[in-house]
Amino acid sequence: MQPSLSGYLLIGAVLFTCGVVCMATRRNAIGVLMGVELVLNGANVNLVAFSRYTTLGIDGQIYSLFIIVLAAAEAALALAIALNFYNNHLTIDVDKASSLKG
Amino acid sequence: MGDTLKTLLMIAWLLPLFGFAVEILWGPRGDRRTTRWPAWMAVACIGSGFLCSLSALLIWGSGTDWAVLQSHDSHDAGHAAPSDTHHEGVEPQEHPAHESAQQNPIRPTAPVRANDAARWHLTTAADGHASDAHQNAHTAAGHTDSPSDSAASSHGQVPLVYHGTIYRLAAFGSLILSIDYYIDSLTLVMFTMVTLIATCIHLFAIGYMSDELTDEYVDHFVHTSDGGHLHRQGRFYRFFAFLSLFCFSMLGLVLAGNIFQVFIFWELVGICSYLLIGFYTERHSASTAANKAFIMNRVGDFGFLIGLMVIWTWFGTFQFSDLFASLPRDDAGRVVTGEYGEVALALPDGSSKQIPYTLLVVAGLGVFAGCIGKSAQFPLQTWLPDAMEGPTPVSALVHSATMVAAGVYLTGRFYPMFVPEVLLVIAYIGAVTLFLAATIAVVATDIKKVLAYSTISQLGYMVLGLGVFGWAAGLFHLITHAFFKSLMFLCSGSVIHGCHHEQEMTRMGGLRHRMPITAFTMLVGVIAIAGLSIPGLIAFSGYHSKDAIVATALAFIQANPGHFLLFLLPLLTAGITAFYMFRLWFMTFAGEPRDAHVYDHAHESPWIMTLPLLILAPLAAFCATGGEDGLLYRLLAGSEPNYVAAGVSSTASGLTLPGHHAIHEVHSTAGTWALVAAIAGTLLAWVLYGTKAVRVEDMKRQMAGLHRFLTHKWYFDELYDALFVQPVHQVARFFAWIDRTLIDGIVHFAARLTVLASRWDRLFDELFIDGLVNLVGRATFSVGRSFHVVQTGRLRQYVMFIVVGVVALFAVLFTTFPR
Repeated sequence: MQPSLSGYLLIGAVLFTCGVVCMATRRNAIGVLMGVELVLNGANVNLVAFSRYTTLGIDGQIYSLFIIVLAAAEAALALAIALNFYNNHLTIDVDKASSLKG
Repeated sequence: MGDTLKTLLMIAWLLPLFGFAVEILWGPRGDRRTTRWPAWMAVACIGSGFLCSLSALLIWGSGTDWAVLQSHDSHDAGHAAPSDTHHEGVEPQEHPAHESAQQNPIRPTAPVRANDAARWHLTTAADGHASDAHQNAHTAAGHTDSPSDSAASSHGQVPLVYHGTIYRLAAFGSLILSIDYYIDSLTLVMFTMVTLIATCIHLFAIGYMSDELTDEYVDHFVHTSDGGHLHRQGRFYRFFAFLSLFCFSMLGLVLAGNIFQVFIFWELVGICSYLLIGFYTERHSASTAANKAFIMNRVGDFGFLIGLMVIWTWFGTFQFSDLFASLPRDDAGRVVTGEYGEVALALPDGSSKQIPYTLLVVAGLGVFAGCIGKSAQFPLQTWLPDAMEGPTPVSALVHSATMVAAGVYLTGRFYPMFVPEVLLVIAYIGAVTLFLAATIAVVATDIKKVLAYSTISQLGYMVLGLGVFGWAAGLFHLITHAFFKSLMFLCSGSVIHGCHHEQEMTRMGGLRHRMPITAFTMLVGVIAIAGLSIPGLIAFSGYHSKDAIVATALAFIQANPGHFLLFLLPLLTAGITAFYMFRLWFMTFAGEPRDAHVYDHAHESPWIMTLPLLILAPLAAFCATGGEDGLLYRLLAGSEPNYVAAGVSSTASGLTLPGHHAIHEVHSTAGTWALVAAIAGTLLAWVLYGTKAVRVEDMKRQMAGLHRFLTHKWYFDELYDALFVQPVHQVARFFAWIDRTLIDGIVHFAARLTVLASRWDRLFDELFIDGLVNLVGRATFSVGRSFHVVQTGRLRQYVMFIVVGVVALFAVLFTTFPR
C-alpha cells in the first residue's frame, strides 16, 4: 500500500515540532543544535514529500540536498562556537550566553 | 653735420640713462655700500656726455665759422634801411610734417645768403647732403623771397636748425606722439653747459656725499622717540643714480623736438627733483619740502596742460617746427590777425584754420604757467627755498643751474608762439619775481636760502629779459647764471661740509683763513653775479648778461613809457643783488668768527671738492667775455627767431617791442646805471658787514616791521596757507563731519537693523528648526530605548518569540484570507 502524502506531512510536522520544543527547552547548546537538526530535517521530509506527490518535479529533492549540506556546515560552525564558548566560560549552557543582551 | 650732431647729442643724452640703470640695479647689491664705483660710473657717463656735447658744439662752430648772426655792423645796417628790410616768414620750415628725417628729401625752403654758406635751413639732418642743399637753395624757388633780396637784408636770416624724428611712439588718429630732436645753437649751448656743470657737480658730490659711504649712517637731524638719532644704511649709490636720471631727463628736455616730449621730460626732471629734495626722506622738513615742490609744480603744469590742449586742438601738431611755421607773421613780425581778431593758421597739412587770437594768448599763458612753476616765478616761487632741504650738490645742479632754468629755456624755445600780450605778462612776472626774491634774500641768514632767493631773483631777470623782447639776453643770462650760481652753491656746499653741516651765516665768519680756495672762488662768483666791472678793462660774466637784460628793459620802456616798472625794478634789484651777495660773502668769509666752535672745527674741503670750484670759477668769470660781441652771445643769438632782431612796432595791443638797434643805443646808458647800482649795493654791504661802522643789529631793530615782513618772505606761505590750505582744511573738516554724522549714521543704522533682524532669525532657528530636529531625534531615541527590554540574551526565549511570531503570523494569514 502506497503511504499517503498526509503521513509524510504528519511525520514532518512531528519532527519540526519536536525540534522547536527541543530548541525552546534545552539549555545545553548541543541539545539546541540537535533541535535545529530536527527542524531542518522535518522541513526536508516535507520538501521530498511534496516533490514526490505533486507535479513540482525534482526541485524539492535538490532543495533538500542543499539543506543537508547547509545543515552540515551549520553544525560545524555551531559546534566550533560551542567549543569556544566552553573554553571561555567552562559551560555550554545557552542561558549563560547573554552578554549581548540590550 | 646734422646726423653727426644728432648722434653725438643722443649719446650724451642716453649715457646718463644707462648709468642710472646700472647704478640703481647693481648699487644696492650685497655689501657694496661702501664703494665709490656708482659715483665714478655717473661721472664717466656725464663726462663722456660732456665730451660729446663739446665736440658737437665745436662741429657746429666750425661749420658756421662761429659768426652766426648780428654783429654791431648788422645792427646799423638793419637800422639804416628798415623799410627795405625784408623779413621772411618767421618759420622757414614748410609743411607737411616731417615724419622721419630719413624719409624726407632735402627741401631747403628758405633762401640762402649768397655769401654765407652757413645760412641754409634743412628740413632734414642729412649731413652728406648739406652741400647739395646749399646748391639747391640757389636754384629752388624761394617761398617768400629770392636769394638776392634776402642777401640785402641783415635781419632776415633764418636760424640754422636741424630737426627730425628719432622714434615714433604712437599715432592716435592725426595726433602723432614721437621722440623728436630739434638742434640749434641754443640746444648745443645748453647741452654743453648742462653736461659740464653736471660733471663738476658729480665730482663735487663724491666728496660731499662721502659720509653716506657706510652701512650705518647716523642722521643727526632725525630724532627717534627714544632720544637717539636715526641709523640707516648709506645711500651713496642712490644719490648718484638719481643724479644720472636727472641728467638724462634734463638733456632729453633740451633735445626735445616737440612740446609734448618737453612735457614728458618736464615731469621727469620734476620727479628727479622730488626724489633729490627728499633724499633725506626721514627728515620731516625734507619730505614736506619735496611734496611742496612737487605739488606747486603741478599747479603750473596744469596750465601747461591747458596750453597743450589748445595747441593740439587748433594746430593739430606738437612739433616745434610745424607750430612755428603755422603761425603767420607779417614782414614786421606781427602776428597777422583778421577783421574779427582771428588768426589764419597755415597748418602743416597744407590747410588753413581760423583761430581766435584769444586762444593764442591762452596757449601762450598756459605754457608759460608751466614755466612759472618750474622756474619758481611769482606766484609759485615759494617751493624753491624749501627745496634747499636736499643735499647741496642737488641744489647746485637741479635747483639753480639746470632744472629751474628749464622754464626759461622753454620760454625761449617756444618764443615764436608767444604773442605780445603774453610777453608783457612774462615781463611783469619776471620783474615782480626778481624784486621780491631779492628783498627776501637780504634778510635770509641760511647760506643756502640766500642763494635760493638769489636764484629766483636771477631767474626773474631771465624771464624779464625774454618778456621785453630780449630773447638772446634772457638766455645769455641763463647760461652765465648757471655757471656762477652752480659755483656759488658748490662753494656753499664746501662751507657746509667744512663746518660740519652748519648753514647759519650768523655762526660763521672769518672762514677765509680756514678755507681759502672756497673763499676765493666764492668771491669770483659773487663778483660775477653782482655785475661788477671796471669798464673797458675787465668784466665778469654777470655784468654782460645783466647789462643785456637791463638795456633791453630800458629800450622797452622808452618805447612803452607806461611800463616803466619793468626797468626800475631790475635796476633797483641790481643794487640789491650786489648787496645781499656781498653780505653773504662778508658774513661767511670775512670779519671775526662769530662762533668759535664752528670756526675751530672748520677745514678746507678735499681736492675732489675744490677741483670743481677751480674749474667753474674761470668759467663763471669769463664765459661771457666780450659781452654781446663775445662767442657765447653770438652763438645763442644765432638761434634767435628772425623777427626779434628788428623789433616789432605798434602791435595790436599798442606795444612796441624793441629791436637790437634800439637796445644797442641805450646799452651804455643802462650799463652805467646798472653798474652804479651794483657798486652802491656793494659799498653798502661793505659798510654794513665788512666794517664795523654801523651796527646791523640796531638797524634791524629800527626797521623791525620791514625786517619781519621780509623774514616771513612777504608772508607768501602764510597767504597761501590762508587762501588755499586752510579753506581746504575747512572743507575737509566739513566733509569729515558729514562723513562722521550722516554717512556713518546711515551705515550704523543699517548695521543695527541687520543685527536686530539676525537676532530674530537666530531665535526662530533655535526654537523652531532646532526644536523639530531635536524632537525627531528624541522620539527615535525613546522608541529604541523602550525596545531594549525584549533583547534578553536568552536563546530559548528568542526561539519562543520566533515560534509565537510564526504561529501568530499564520493565525493572521488564515483569519485574513480564509479558504
